Amino acid sequence: MPFLQVSNLSLRIIGETPRLLRSVSLSVGAGEVRALVGESGAGKSMIGKAILGILPRAVEVVEGEVWLDGQNLLAMPPMARRRIIGAKAALIPQDPLTALNPSRRIGPQITDRLVHILGWDRARAESRALALLEEVQITDPARVMRAYPHELSGGMRQRILIASAFAAEPKLIVADEPTTALDVTVQKQILRLIKGMQERHGTALLFVTHDLGVVSKVCQSLSVLYAGMVVEDAPVRDFFAAPRHAYSRALLAATPKYTDPEGSLTPVPQTVMDAVRAEVAAADGVWHG
Amino acid sequence: MQLLRTFLMRLATTAVTLAGVAIIVFFVIRVVPGNPIAMMLPPGATEADVARLTALYGLDKSIPSQFLIWVQGVLGGDFGTSITTRQPVLDLVLGRLPATLELSIMALVIAVILGGAAALIGTRGRGTRREGAIDVANGMALSVPDFLWGLILILLFGVLWPVFHISGRVTPSLELPFTTGFYLFESLARLRFDLWLDIVSHMLLPALALCIPLAAIIGQLLKQSLKETMHLDYVTLSRTKGYGENHVILREALPNAVLPTLTLVGVQFTFLIGGTVIIERLFSYEGLGNLAIDAVINRDLPLIQGIVLLFAAIFTGVNLLVDLTYAALNPRLRHG
Amino acid sequence: MVDLTDGRGRVRRRAGVRLWLSGLWLGLLVVVALLAPWIAPKDPLAQDLFLGRLPPFWVAGSEPGYWLGTDSLGRDVLSRIMHGARIALLVALIAGTVTGLLGATLGLLAGFLRGWVDVVISRMIDIWMAFPPVLFSILLIAVLGPGLTSIIIAIVVIDWTRFARVIRAEAMAQGAMDYVASSRVAGRGRLGTMVEEILPNVLPTIVVLLTLEMGIAVIVEAILSFVNLSISTDDPTWGGMIAEGRSAIHQSWWVLVFPLATLFLTVLSFSQLGEGLKDRFDPVLR
Repeated sequence: MPFLQVSNLSLRIIGETPRLLRSVSLSVGAGEVRALVGESGAGKSMIGKAILGILPRAVEVVEGEVWLDGQNLLAMPPMARRRIIGAKAALIPQDPLTALNPSRRIGPQITDRLVHILGWDRARAESRALALLEEVQITDPARVMRAYPHELSGGMRQRILIASAFAAEPKLIVADEPTTALDVTVQKQILRLIKGMQERHGTALLFVTHDLGVVSKVCQSLSVLYAGMVVEDAPVRDFFAAPRHAYSRALLAATPKYTDPEGSLTPVPQTVMDAVRAEVAAADGVWHG
Repeated sequence: MQLLRTFLMRLATTAVTLAGVAIIVFFVIRVVPGNPIAMMLPPGATEADVARLTALYGLDKSIPSQFLIWVQGVLGGDFGTSITTRQPVLDLVLGRLPATLELSIMALVIAVILGGAAALIGTRGRGTRREGAIDVANGMALSVPDFLWGLILILLFGVLWPVFHISGRVTPSLELPFTTGFYLFESLARLRFDLWLDIVSHMLLPALALCIPLAAIIGQLLKQSLKETMHLDYVTLSRTKGYGENHVILREALPNAVLPTLTLVGVQFTFLIGGTVIIERLFSYEGLGNLAIDAVINRDLPLIQGIVLLFAAIFTGVNLLVDLTYAALNPRLRHG
Repeated sequence: MVDLTDGRGRVRRRAGVRLWLSGLWLGLLVVVALLAPWIAPKDPLAQDLFLGRLPPFWVAGSEPGYWLGTDSLGRDVLSRIMHGARIALLVALIAGTVTGLLGATLGLLAGFLRGWVDVVISRMIDIWMAFPPVLFSILLIAVLGPGLTSIIIAIVVIDWTRFARVIRAEAMAQGAMDYVASSRVAGRGRLGTMVEEILPNVLPTIVVLLTLEMGIAVIVEAILSFVNLSISTDDPTWGGMIAEGRSAIHQSWWVLVFPLATLFLTVLSFSQLGEGLKDRFDPVLR
């Protein structure tokens, strides 16, 4: 079994009929980098949240399983689930400006999981944090450890969040559009950083994004999500050579070519959208979107 | 630097406010009908006696010149002499201040404990029946002022189930070895737990009555800002680190949710101190408020002035303190 | 992320019940107050020392006709509560309205005109906030002398800041909005804009505050009667009855309990009515 296996996962808002996710299955093997692609509202962030056990309270799991390292997370009591997730997985969040606690210094925010969950002693956790900050190319890590988040730039904070995600040597990291909130100039550095860290630590990565250009650079395989369903699951190379699904083809056409970033943009044609919608509606029967 | 400038600015406005209070009180009470001097003298005193005493208290001069004399005295630490007891106002007021301070602080502590607990329990059980129950209780507590809660507590714990004292500050027959007015603290410091229990038993009901509205406000505001904070990204992130919900609420959300509550609690605490006036009357508690009502009834002008000014100083002082705490606690302001 | 699990329907319904119950109690009180001279079983001032401290009707030793017992002077508690309602409601109505008018006007002026008007009014609010309100009201009654008018004046003088603070903030927020600017561009004067554009938008807030203020006025009257500074001690006021009940609490609990319960329900009703109206008016607050 792959390290992460999501099977037939369906989610909905409590009390409402349309589903946010419909029988989604995907897997990430040890050390694999998988992209999860889709337009906003397709439900790709919900998959990440479901895996990490941080679904909004208003969202419930209708059916399905999430297996992490051979354990079915959804069948576990909540506290045990959190412990497992805390020890084996981590999140690189989307917005570095809101993902650090404004009233706590940086140091404890990196080390707290090591000290409280894994039971390390503080000195060891701190030297680990210093090493990680150096690894994400932060100059003067000792000073940064003592700083408050608002004293640092967005790029710095994203580096810190990346370091923090790798702190407990997780086997799986979910990166939830980690570059969307950053300046274009910083985006590339952060991507390279994540990729480098992933390779050095051998971590599996589920890379949630809407940017196919990023996918081609960083990922090995991808799942395309549309209206809560996985419409294509393929190795990256095959996908870019010959996308099988109509929506994938349209999506690819709407993306600036990674070989030709200046090339013309083709919006997803209305007919394709309608066709995909009809297909989704046929599969489900309740979608009105 | 920022902190110092904030402090100086606030100090200046505080001074203006206090000056305003002093002027208003001084002139308002000069309009009080009834000659306070005549009330002091035994029946049969002559016109000349009244005139002599009036001159002694400076009440024969024009009101503006009386004000100037009074201001001069106040700046030199002399708040005048009480007409009824003939003791210096400052001594009287400072003698009663500890009782009121102890009562207010006890009420504040209880309010923070009760309100904080309500907010945390409500946040932990948000969306459930438990939160609904806490909301209803908060709403009730806020709807009814301390005066009525005091009366209800007297009925419940003084008459129906008489477990606490309902009047006074300490059982009169007890020997008091105290050298300061802070009975509650001094009895603890002297390890006289018997006295301490007696004092607490006297203070508990008035303190509860005073704290109920404040506790409800803390409960409501803190719960609201906790709930808002619980949706923020860093809280979600800490959940993925393996922490339980209690840790997430206490460690991640609470420190950030406390700040917005703090300012309002400061203002509300001054309302609480203002409430001591009637609550002390209700429980015959020998504090500033009781002294104030007696002073008004006896037309003791210098004493009224002194007490109102002291209350105003406490009010503005608390507000100043809250602003400074806010600035000191908020790292963004501190380093800004 | 919005918490959708709050069960909004339940909250709504509770707010409705709240409005109805408090409205019902206040309505009853108004009827009793209006009809008190005709429906009160006894003369509220009639003393009869032989009938002193009679317990309420279900307790042994009660006299028929004195439903809620008598006080130490033999005055009928029920009749005094009924007549007390006249005074309480009169104070609530007049003091509440005048306070609202004065406070809202000052708040509107400060919040909309800004400039030196705002500076003066804000500073006055600061000074007022530094007074302990109960002590301030007692002081004012001492100056003005006891009586209904004095109580009303005292409440207005002390509580106008409640309106002024809130309305000032609202007027400032409204004044910053585009529709106000466009009204000004359309050539309307400052005061015209204030009355025609801002006032309608802050009116719901004024109504809510007014309801709350009436509850506060009832309490202030009771507190002043309690410290014996209200109208003459003979007149049946709830606060005066409570003061007597408090001093004789171990001999005749009913002298305290019934006026206290009445006062409690009345204050609670005014406040719940205000909160309920706030929920109705403010679609954002569920």
